[in-house]
Amino acid sequence: MASSTKSLLLFLFIQFCFSLLPSSFAQSPTPGSSDGYTIYGRVKIPSYGTKEFSLPAKVSNVKVILNGGQRVSFLRPDGYFSFHNVPAGTHLIEVAAIGYFFSPVRVDVSARNPGKIQAALTENRRGLSEFVLEPLKEEQYYEIREPFSIMSIVKSPMGLMMGFMLIVVFLMPKLMENMDPEEMKRAQEEMRNQGVPSLASLLPGAARN
Amino acid sequence: MDWHQQYIGKVKHAVFHTQKTGRKRVLVSTEENVVASLDLRHGEIFWRHVLGTNDVVDGIDIALGKYVITLSSGGSILRAWNLPDGQMVWESSLQGSKASKSILNIPKNLKSDKDDLILVFGKGCLHAISSIDGEVLWKKDFAGESIEVSHIIQSPEVIYVAGFVGSSKFYVYELDAKSGELLKNNHIALPFRTSGESLYVPDDKFLVLDDARSKIVTININNGDINYNQKQISDLVKDSSGQAVILPSRLPGLSALKINSQVLLIKVTNEGELAVVDKIDNTAAFSNALSISEDQHVFAFVQYEDNKIHLSIKDVNDWSRDLLKENLVIDHQRGNIEKIFINNYVRTDRSHGFRALMVMEDHSLLLVQQGEIVWSREDGLASVVDVTTSELPVEKEGVSVAKVEQNLFEWLKGHVLKLKGTLMIASPEDKIAIQKLRLGSSEKSKMTRDHNGFRKLLIVLTRAGKVFALHTGDGHIVWSITLNTLRKSEDCKHPVGLNIYQWQVPHHHALDENPSILVIGRCGPSLSAPTALSFLDAYTGKELNSLSLAHTVARVIPLPYTDSTEQRLHLIIDFNKHAHLYPRTPEASEILKHEFSNIYWYSVEADNGVIRGHALKSNCIHEVVDEYCFVFRDLWSIVFPSESEKIIATVTRKSNEVVHTQAKVMTDHDVMYKYISKNILFVANAAPKASGDIGTATPEEALLVIYIIDTVTGRILHRMTHQGCQGPVHAVFSENWVVYHYFNLRAHRHEMSVIEVYDQSRADNKDIWKFLLGKHNLTSPISSYYRPEISAKSQSYFFTHSVKAIEVTSTAKGFGS
Repeated sequence: MASSTKSLLLFLFIQFCFSLLPSSFAQSPTPGSSDGYTIYGRVKIPSYGTKEFSLPAKVSNVKVILNGGQRVSFLRPDGYFSFHNVPAGTHLIEVAAIGYFFSPVRVDVSARNPGKIQAALTENRRGLSEFVLEPLKEEQYYEIREPFSIMSIVKSPMGLMMGFMLIVVFLMPKLMENMDPEEMKRAQEEMRNQGVPSLASLLPGAARN
Repeated sequence: MDWHQQYIGKVKHAVFHTQKTGRKRVLVSTEENVVASLDLRHGEIFWRHVLGTNDVVDGIDIALGKYVITLSSGGSILRAWNLPDGQMVWESSLQGSKASKSILNIPKNLKSDKDDLILVFGKGCLHAISSIDGEVLWKKDFAGESIEVSHIIQSPEVIYVAGFVGSSKFYVYELDAKSGELLKNNHIALPFRTSGESLYVPDDKFLVLDDARSKIVTININNGDINYNQKQISDLVKDSSGQAVILPSRLPGLSALKINSQVLLIKVTNEGELAVVDKIDNTAAFSNALSISEDQHVFAFVQYEDNKIHLSIKDVNDWSRDLLKENLVIDHQRGNIEKIFINNYVRTDRSHGFRALMVMEDHSLLLVQQGEIVWSREDGLASVVDVTTSELPVEKEGVSVAKVEQNLFEWLKGHVLKLKGTLMIASPEDKIAIQKLRLGSSEKSKMTRDHNGFRKLLIVLTRAGKVFALHTGDGHIVWSITLNTLRKSEDCKHPVGLNIYQWQVPHHHALDENPSILVIGRCGPSLSAPTALSFLDAYTGKELNSLSLAHTVARVIPLPYTDSTEQRLHLIIDFNKHAHLYPRTPEASEILKHEFSNIYWYSVEADNGVIRGHALKSNCIHEVVDEYCFVFRDLWSIVFPSESEKIIATVTRKSNEVVHTQAKVMTDHDVMYKYISKNILFVANAAPKASGDIGTATPEEALLVIYIIDTVTGRILHRMTHQGCQGPVHAVFSENWVVYHYFNLRAHRHEMSVIEVYDQSRADNKDIWKFLLGKHNLTSPISSYYRPEISAKSQSYFFTHSVKAIEVTSTAKGFGS
């Protein structure tokens, strides 16, 4: 008995899912109306990734704009929006949401087979199989001041000079230590033989001698 | 962000939401198609939604105690907004076939848990909608009945739909509230024509005036039977000359009839008898009835009496007693009170207190409580007609000393406060005062000119005919004035403010004088209506002078000449093709005579597709010699082929723009000289088929043609076509470049293009030897008559967003140009 109610519930759930599916895509002959079709769609704003400087996305402040201001629509709590009585043709839908960059969407409402609606992002010419609009990226209106980091100090000219000095002070004696004593002696003798390098010895003519 | 201000516009409807718990708020819808929730304590905006430009709000109300319901777009879109945060909860599109009056009817149930039925009449259909999810429960089409529905009356079981067929047949339909089935259909034919307007008097009566406005007709709909009574207005009141108008205030058992400036309150008894209860003189506004308990209904009205404003609140049934009578002091700059909405609260001693929301003539919004203005909002700023800027005064040495001498006490007080602040003995109020002082003396909001010219006054003309000066530093209002020339009066029923210009911009030796501003207004929308000019002081907002002109104003042309007081000369062109010189002084006339042949202007006739160039010809030929009036002649005209091109945008350079750099270094280290001319015009033409909105044309039939025209000779300097593109075109012209924004139908994206115009005749002046040997042509005279040798460079880019307006920044020293 318990299992049968469970399966019934499952069946109902599946049916519920199916009933949701068609509504997620734009579609639409509106019965009884002579002029135009309805465009349904959905705006999805990821709730994660709200950075420090970007404003938290408020669904209540998001607007959907048809044809550059001809009509304005608003989002329901679940992100759905709709435009009613839209004539057949090619339209442009923009989403205005502070803090997010949405690509405008080209929407073709077919006159020949009523209710057929095709959508494509105009920024990257990607077709949408499902009319769900997602932001391409978060918008940064202000340039963020770079946070403090050790590397920025190291990379600065003063930091580079300090680094060089450290190398000279600590690494050079180490190099000397690692040298072979004989080699060292030979080098010292060579130095002595040559004496102080004079200007004459540096000149090409003098070197030949 | 420096500052950001939000406005809502002139309030049309207001609904209070004052439950015992939670924040008290008022919901408003405005003429700017804004739906907003305001804090009742401070007047701040909790949330605000700007609907589309065609989405006019017809009604607003609260349902279930938690949703704000708005009906818009001629009764075809019903939306529910969540009361606390303004989130849209549901939206219903209501279909109908015929345009009609739209009515939103939400029953005032005290129990909010019941599923309220929202009744909406729009587009000739009555819809019953569930307020929980916006589902249409039933629908009744009245499109076939040829009835002009004017009232929807809801009772628990039955819905009455009442209205006129023609002007003398009154129909009442009875519908079942649950299913929308037609129960009964009744009508009455009146033996005379009616004026059309009707008033519903709860519970079962309608008041109508006949078309001569001499009789009041009471229509009774008792139990489905309709009968009527009529009464001559002259029987009710002795002096009944003048047009009678029924005021649309809904008062149970009462009706308000306005005759001239007097309002008659007429009691409608159950038998349909009429009796005058009271006469009120000089009333400004009436509110709707507010029920404060089961059987107590009150309403408010405002009266003007010799410069005083009285707010009275009375009980509908108990006429003798005033529940409230207060004197108000309202700044006369705000004009008359146009609308009033009332709300009640319960005082601690269990008596009723009242607050009133008032909409003023200048579109501002006031909340009045206990005779005091609690808060006010300058919502006229939501509808700006025109804007100009004014420079702030130059900071002078010793000015601060003079100021100190003027109000030594203030200065001392400030210092004492600061001292208190540093010694940490300041009270919270003192701290606020110190903050204010700091803010006032901070660099940003100073009232003087800064080095780079960033601080300015924005002079703004609003649709209500009020002029505001806003400071660019923090956006505060420096001054505001309601112009008398733009106020409603007997002579001028619908004044409109048109333009605002800089009238006098002092430079050099006249720096001590304040700059002034010209405001142009007209009586009504028709072009031939009489015009009035007002001159304002830009620093104080005082009206210096106002003129009512004998001629019309089609256009104002600021001339590049000033007289000895740095007063700029202006030509005003009227519709009879005369040009009038202002100011009307002999000196100005002398200057004009001297420069007579150097004055050119153009006119655009967008409907005919013609652009004409004009020049002055001679003085007007009248009986009376008017030396400030001139006739002009056409110099040239450009006629665009009407079958392929239609003018959709023209833009020219700002006349007061300064060009700081003459040349531009290109990427290949080549130097190009800018072609800088004031007489240059950008015109954008679209194909007539594609001059509508986006989505109405196909790429094949769309075409955008761009012209750059010299307005002295009428020569087309540059022409360019954008195939498959259409408007709307937004453009800005500055220095030698124009940037314009349009829509590309092929790519289905917005585009922006720039055209830069360079002077080729000076292109050779690059060699230093030429300068040294004097072989350059920089000193050769430049004339606008010469054919300019120019080259135009153009680039186009995709631009993601649609654009509402486009402007160029300008600074005193030419940064960024």
